[in-house]
Amino acid sequence: MKFTLSWLQEHLETEAPLEEIITAMTMAGLEVEHVSDPRARLAAFSVARILEASPHPNADRLRVCQVETRDGIKEIVCGAPNAKAGLLTIYAPLGSFIPGTGVTLEARPVRGVVSNGMLCSGAELEVDGDGDGILDLAGDLPVGLAAAEALGIADPVIDFEVTPNRPDWLAVAGIARDLAAKGVGRFIPKTIGPVAGGFQSPVRIETRHAHACPVFAARLIRGVKNGPSPVWLQRRLRGIGLRPRNILVDVTNYLSYDQARPLHVYDAAKLRGVVHARLGRAGESFTGLDGKAYGITQEMCVIADDSGVLGLAGVMGGETTGCSLDTRDVLIESAWFDPLRTAQTGRATGIVSDARYRFERGVDPGFVLPGLDLATAMILDWCGGEASEIMLAGEIPPAPAPVTFDPASVRRLTGLVLPTAEIKKILQSLGFGVTGSKTPWRVAVPSWRRDVSGAADLIEEVARIAGFEHLPTPVPQAVQGRKPALSLGESRARMARRALASAGWHEAVTWSFCAQAHAQVFGGGGEDLLLANPIAADLDCMRPSALPNLARAAQRNLDRGFGNAKLFEIGPAYASAEESGQRRTVAAVWQMRPQRAWRSEASADIFTVKSDCLRALEAVGAPLASLSLSPPTASWHHPGRGAVLRLGTKPIAWFGEIHPAALRALEIEGPILAFEINLDALPAPRAKGNRARPLLNASELMPLTRDYAFVVDEALAGGDIVRAALGADKVLIADVLLFDVYRGAGVPADKKSVAIEVTLQPRDKTLTEAEIEAFSARLIAAVAKATGAVLRG
Amino acid sequence: MFLRSMTTDPSEIETLTASYLSRIAQADDAALEAVRIEALGKQGRVSLLMKQLGAMSPAERQDMGPRLNGLRDSLQEAILARRADLASAALEAKLLAERLDASLPAVPTRIGSIHPIMRVMEELSEIFADMGFALAEGPDIESDFHNFTALNFPPKHPAREMHDTFFLKPDAAGERKVLRTHTSPVQVRTMLSQKPPIRIIAMGRTFRCDSDQTHTPMFHQIEGLVIDEASNMADLKGTLMALMRAYFEVDDVDVRFRPHHFPFTEPSAEMDVRCDRSNGQIRIGQGQDWLEILGCGMVHPNVLRNCGIDPDVHQGYAFGIGVDRLAMLKYGMSDLRDMFAADTRWLKHYGFSPFLVPNLAAGL
Repeated sequence: MKFTLSWLQEHLETEAPLEEIITAMTMAGLEVEHVSDPRARLAAFSVARILEASPHPNADRLRVCQVETRDGIKEIVCGAPNAKAGLLTIYAPLGSFIPGTGVTLEARPVRGVVSNGMLCSGAELEVDGDGDGILDLAGDLPVGLAAAEALGIADPVIDFEVTPNRPDWLAVAGIARDLAAKGVGRFIPKTIGPVAGGFQSPVRIETRHAHACPVFAARLIRGVKNGPSPVWLQRRLRGIGLRPRNILVDVTNYLSYDQARPLHVYDAAKLRGVVHARLGRAGESFTGLDGKAYGITQEMCVIADDSGVLGLAGVMGGETTGCSLDTRDVLIESAWFDPLRTAQTGRATGIVSDARYRFERGVDPGFVLPGLDLATAMILDWCGGEASEIMLAGEIPPAPAPVTFDPASVRRLTGLVLPTAEIKKILQSLGFGVTGSKTPWRVAVPSWRRDVSGAADLIEEVARIAGFEHLPTPVPQAVQGRKPALSLGESRARMARRALASAGWHEAVTWSFCAQAHAQVFGGGGEDLLLANPIAADLDCMRPSALPNLARAAQRNLDRGFGNAKLFEIGPAYASAEESGQRRTVAAVWQMRPQRAWRSEASADIFTVKSDCLRALEAVGAPLASLSLSPPTASWHHPGRGAVLRLGTKPIAWFGEIHPAALRALEIEGPILAFEINLDALPAPRAKGNRARPLLNASELMPLTRDYAFVVDEALAGGDIVRAALGADKVLIADVLLFDVYRGAGVPADKKSVAIEVTLQPRDKTLTEAEIEAFSARLIAAVAKATGAVLRG
Repeated sequence: MFLRSMTTDPSEIETLTASYLSRIAQADDAALEAVRIEALGKQGRVSLLMKQLGAMSPAERQDMGPRLNGLRDSLQEAILARRADLASAALEAKLLAERLDASLPAVPTRIGSIHPIMRVMEELSEIFADMGFALAEGPDIESDFHNFTALNFPPKHPAREMHDTFFLKPDAAGERKVLRTHTSPVQVRTMLSQKPPIRIIAMGRTFRCDSDQTHTPMFHQIEGLVIDEASNMADLKGTLMALMRAYFEVDDVDVRFRPHHFPFTEPSAEMDVRCDRSNGQIRIGQGQDWLEILGCGMVHPNVLRNCGIDPDVHQGYAFGIGVDRLAMLKYGMSDLRDMFAADTRWLKHYGFSPFLVPNLAAGL
């Protein structure tokens, strides 16, 4: 919402400087976003008179002018065709910055003649100006007068944010009321009595849908002579960026801003039959003032006559019945339209208008008739004519219900300590009626404050005007009996984060959405996770995993010349739109590029990411010993390189290479080593009475190791041998390490030899050779039974 | 005989001593062993001389005993010392021979980094934990009820439009879920499932259909909610000022509470912090400008009622802070969009070591 300082001062008697007004607005909740003060912007420029303009010795199009300025007589080179002796224009001194061209003036010769300044066009000063050439100022202006004054744009323009609960701030008068309450000046009420009508309007009105248009008021003024508005009104409209048209139209625009009272004017000669508000009919259409055609639906409220739809109620008037300079009889409409329906119509048509902006927030129903009278008086003043009696169809919606209010609640809810009299004064200054000397009060709510419905709203009013700066700021009290603040999921996220970052991975945060096509590659992309209004076509689906986004990010890094990216993310993956469908996952992607090295080392492969995957799992407290390994299952998993880690049958994690076909679909260069952990699939640690650990059972006896080599089928997983060995004696075996896989001489072609080292931890006494022999036999039998392995001879 | 004559001549012993010591000083390992055997072996000269002591007269023994003992001791000592010297010289030579070029590149294992947003969320939860706030959680995909209706957004009200909401396509039942536009639905979930007193924070991803230099379609918020019988707006302001001091690690932060409007709080405020933007970078705590940093207010009675809490008995406050912006302010990133680009150069530059765990004892 924009307004000018002088406009405000029409409603607010104040000596306060601009700065104070702006601060008061902001501290009352009218957040000032921008202030444009032409006086400051144009301070360098002033009125000057050309005394003499002679041809430039070296250029036909240029003139050398002797100019009377506030700095004395200056010789200035000017290329404007209208530069001639006697012209009053605007002078820019050397060193000044010309906003329109972005140039700072220097004394430099123009075709051999030094120009000591510049004469300015409207465009160069970024102000209105007609046609080519330098500004041609009319009237008798003194040389040296500030440009802003001379151009009649000295008025600062203030732009502020209107919160949706306060449509009354869409009126300059409403702003003034709040500022007066805030102590910046005295509110000047617009006192205008009813303007009497002299005859019955020949055009009749009706409202046929009381919910969409509860009240429709209008009157006819006949015999008007339309024309340009008074200069002050034109300036005021221009000041806030509106284009003046003619009196009849300008009056409606003016009152829309002055009183937040949108009006509409019809050329009565173009009306046919009863003008009425009703719901639209399927198949109807209408051409707006903007020249565009709009389809009408049954949900929209329209103004119509016998010829059809004249306007979209509260949104936009029509082309056919608008006023022109030829209009003789004018019908003025002042109505109140249902805010929700107006908002829906506005959204459906995409029309953005001052009327819609106000009606959809809820204008003051109490100002339907005063607004009509104000418009009548202005039109009669400037256009002459004779006004009819006011016609009123429907009923004016009642003011909001009174609120029961205990002034002590101000302190209870805000901590502000204010005298009761002060609270009453604040409410009254905002237009609330406070009656009764005993508390609780009964507070009457003014018709323009439809946002107020309870005590909390009044407390806000009091606190806002008294000033939030007076709120005490107690130091927060310590809280007794501390429990852990973090959730299990968040604690685990932190531990996994540190485990991976300390292992050389870089944490990224990527979008929760991705392209549907990419989601489909990674097992998602279902209809239930598609966005109805994505911000971009390739961000139209909730991601089934962070892997595609991370892999794409790795590729972007490679494309910039920074390959070998090692990225991880701890964040959500979405399996469905249900709450249970969101999982907290750890995803990691390494677009591994073999690094050259001065001595050869094993290059990173799936065992590297297996190690980091297990590291993260161990960090978050997953029961590593209970995890089992099974072949990759998903279509985006490399079928031969990687594995799914399960707890029982439940998948917990996957590590390995991403399937080359999946990478191709995402236009990513492989190989990509990756893993993904579903943190939510991990069991919660068993609740314990206290944090004490069981006693350490560290044996006094030395552990001993024995090696065994088994010949097994090529297809057998080495891990199966380890698991079978571990199961052979759960008490005695402390660890089993697979340390060699051998193929070649001595081992049949479709077999391999797998060697393990078994660590035995005697508990009570040293093992005898016989006991160890017995153990070996048990172990070999157990492994053979589970895997078909044969001890290598 | 020669031996005999030697024993009687002390000057002979001195000569012998000098000769042996000189040979020891120049001996290598083999020569040293040869000298030892020659002098001190069973048949060595010094050993033989000492055997003769028994045959001497007491007067001679009195004279020669100490001389020969001295000779033996000094030779033993010299041999041990020489042997130690040789061993250390040999070790030194061996070590030099097995020298490695330490300037060659190390095996490249590096420490990774933690994303600044995650870092800041950890910092904030640390501060809030100290003030007794526990973490509450809720899903990113929300119902219209939790995100809007329960929070006193009237259906179809313009305030909903201000949120630029992402919608999912309607499900079979016609329900249109939303991506939460703020973390406030967690307030609703908490109040529906817990009885006052309530003292929680919620943090995480939030979404709005908006993208330009200062807006990304996904961003992060941290939300606070306190419901009891007495907490008022002054407590809210005190809490937020304490938060600012702790987060920015300054003794005093000049903040400004400004009235604003949110459907779910009444009264509502926005908080600005004093800042200085004169050198192209924002500095917090001083200067001529204000920077909007959060929205807050007293929980609206309608919200309490919607969540089954009696506003005549209970009251409290709520606040919501943009985490990404707080991160940028404290750590000097200039472009919000970089936060989500996963550029490894950016991550390495602005990321945090995993060993810098934010905690109040060490400083945030």
